[in-house]
Amino acid sequence: MNQDGSTSIGRRLYRWLDERYHLNDLVAFLGSKDVPITRMSFFYYFGGITLFLFFVQVVTGILLLMYYVPSADEAYESVHYIMAKVPFGWLIRSIHMWSANLMILSAMIHLVSVFYMRAYRKPRELTWISGCMMLGLLLAFGFSGYLLPWNELAFFATRIGTEVVASIPLVGDWMAYVMRGGEDVSGTTLNRFFGLHVAVLPGVAALLVAFHLIAIQRQGMSKPTEWLNKPPEQRRRMPFFPNFLLRDLLLWFVVLNFLAALAVFFPAHLGEKADPFAPAPAGIKPEWYFLAQYQVLKWLPPTIGPFDGDSVGMLVMSLGMLAVVLLPFLDRTPEGGPRRLWLDLVATLALVILIIVTVLGHVLP
Amino acid sequence: MCPERNCPNCPGEENRAESPSKRRLLNVLLGGSVLAWLGSVLYPMAAFLLPPPSPAMRERSVMVGTVNEFANNSGTLFRLGTRPGILVRTDRGEFRAFIAICTHLDCTVQFKEDESVIWCACHNGKFNLQGMNISGPPPRPLDPLEVSVRGDEVHVSLPA
Repeated sequence: MNQDGSTSIGRRLYRWLDERYHLNDLVAFLGSKDVPITRMSFFYYFGGITLFLFFVQVVTGILLLMYYVPSADEAYESVHYIMAKVPFGWLIRSIHMWSANLMILSAMIHLVSVFYMRAYRKPRELTWISGCMMLGLLLAFGFSGYLLPWNELAFFATRIGTEVVASIPLVGDWMAYVMRGGEDVSGTTLNRFFGLHVAVLPGVAALLVAFHLIAIQRQGMSKPTEWLNKPPEQRRRMPFFPNFLLRDLLLWFVVLNFLAALAVFFPAHLGEKADPFAPAPAGIKPEWYFLAQYQVLKWLPPTIGPFDGDSVGMLVMSLGMLAVVLLPFLDRTPEGGPRRLWLDLVATLALVILIIVTVLGHVLP
Repeated sequence: MCPERNCPNCPGEENRAESPSKRRLLNVLLGGSVLAWLGSVLYPMAAFLLPPPSPAMRERSVMVGTVNEFANNSGTLFRLGTRPGILVRTDRGEFRAFIAICTHLDCTVQFKEDESVIWCACHNGKFNLQGMNISGPPPRPLDPLEVSVRGDEVHVSLPA
């Protein structure tokens, strides 16, 4: 018998489980996985941070569900009640809001770093595509969650967003009708967005996260070209378990504290209750991740040739996004192959333009 | 009966076991039933997502107020059925009214006194007091409404 009783119980439990589920195989598998160390290694943590923030969203989201009422008559009042009366309600909602924003930022940094490290190349095409789908899902989470407090900004943001959908040729009107649950944004829309936000999207996200993680475990980390080009004795690496995982956990701890600080010093606002018969308020702007599209929609002329300006704009932006999703099939160089410089140039230019337009969207009146 | 398929020693067995046309027919029948079954599952779900048309009262006319409630060079939002309308009084005292929904992306417009224009705050679209789109992204003029002054009451109605 071991001196430490708890260890003994732990070991016995482990043995009991191992006998039934062969945990030793899994531990051996985890022990064999390692992470290449390069000067870009810091960026490996952003995937894990995104996952952690997703957990934060699930927990705070479930807590908010205890008080939130999804109806046009009561949604605003229930969020006001959460903010003003429920103990720490302001904190939970503010963390939910900040965590959503940081999660999208962290997912974007993850995507950009995976691009520059060329980790999307064969055989990781589907991992990349599932990642892109998850970023799209996060934006859908953001868009649907934005309406739920039923305030003025949310109401018009949803009207614009669904009207943009209506500009898609052929099926757009039908899609907007289904999204809104009628001709206009109304209480029905709120119910639909609520269902989407708390049931449909989390379900799809769970499946995609599972696929993404299993793919990474199955294929191992991508080895950057500059790391592979080194002589084998100079290729530094770190065991994933426990070294990398412990660093992950430490960083999650730091992120949670940062999140709490943001929520305390910059709590979420509620604004005015939505009134379908009031004008759109001056200075109305979307969340930062939609600012670039917003600014482009503002710049576009009413018509381009025979087409509506916004339809052409949305088409071009959609093609750009499609190119990002299909990147592994556009750059067919296998892992460790040479870098295509033109791809770096095009992507960097697109990224710089995206950042500049986002900043302009924020500062221009 | 011989347990082997296509047994060379058993004449006629191959016909029983593997008849390509029979197999194709069975596949078509089976595939068809699966499709029909899927349709009968998915159709009610898709139809459920489309809300029935609401029996909203299609108000055709509304009394917005009395003449002296509206100053020159001002605009007022009002409700016409399920949609917002805007009643504008020009600096010469004339009344004009439009559906107050921006033709760009559906925001509700407002009157901007300093420029005497109808303005959409969402993407900075502007319309003149005839409802024409004059700047920004709106692709079409605002939908006009008819104004009639009866006594000192201002009535607005959908065009006939």
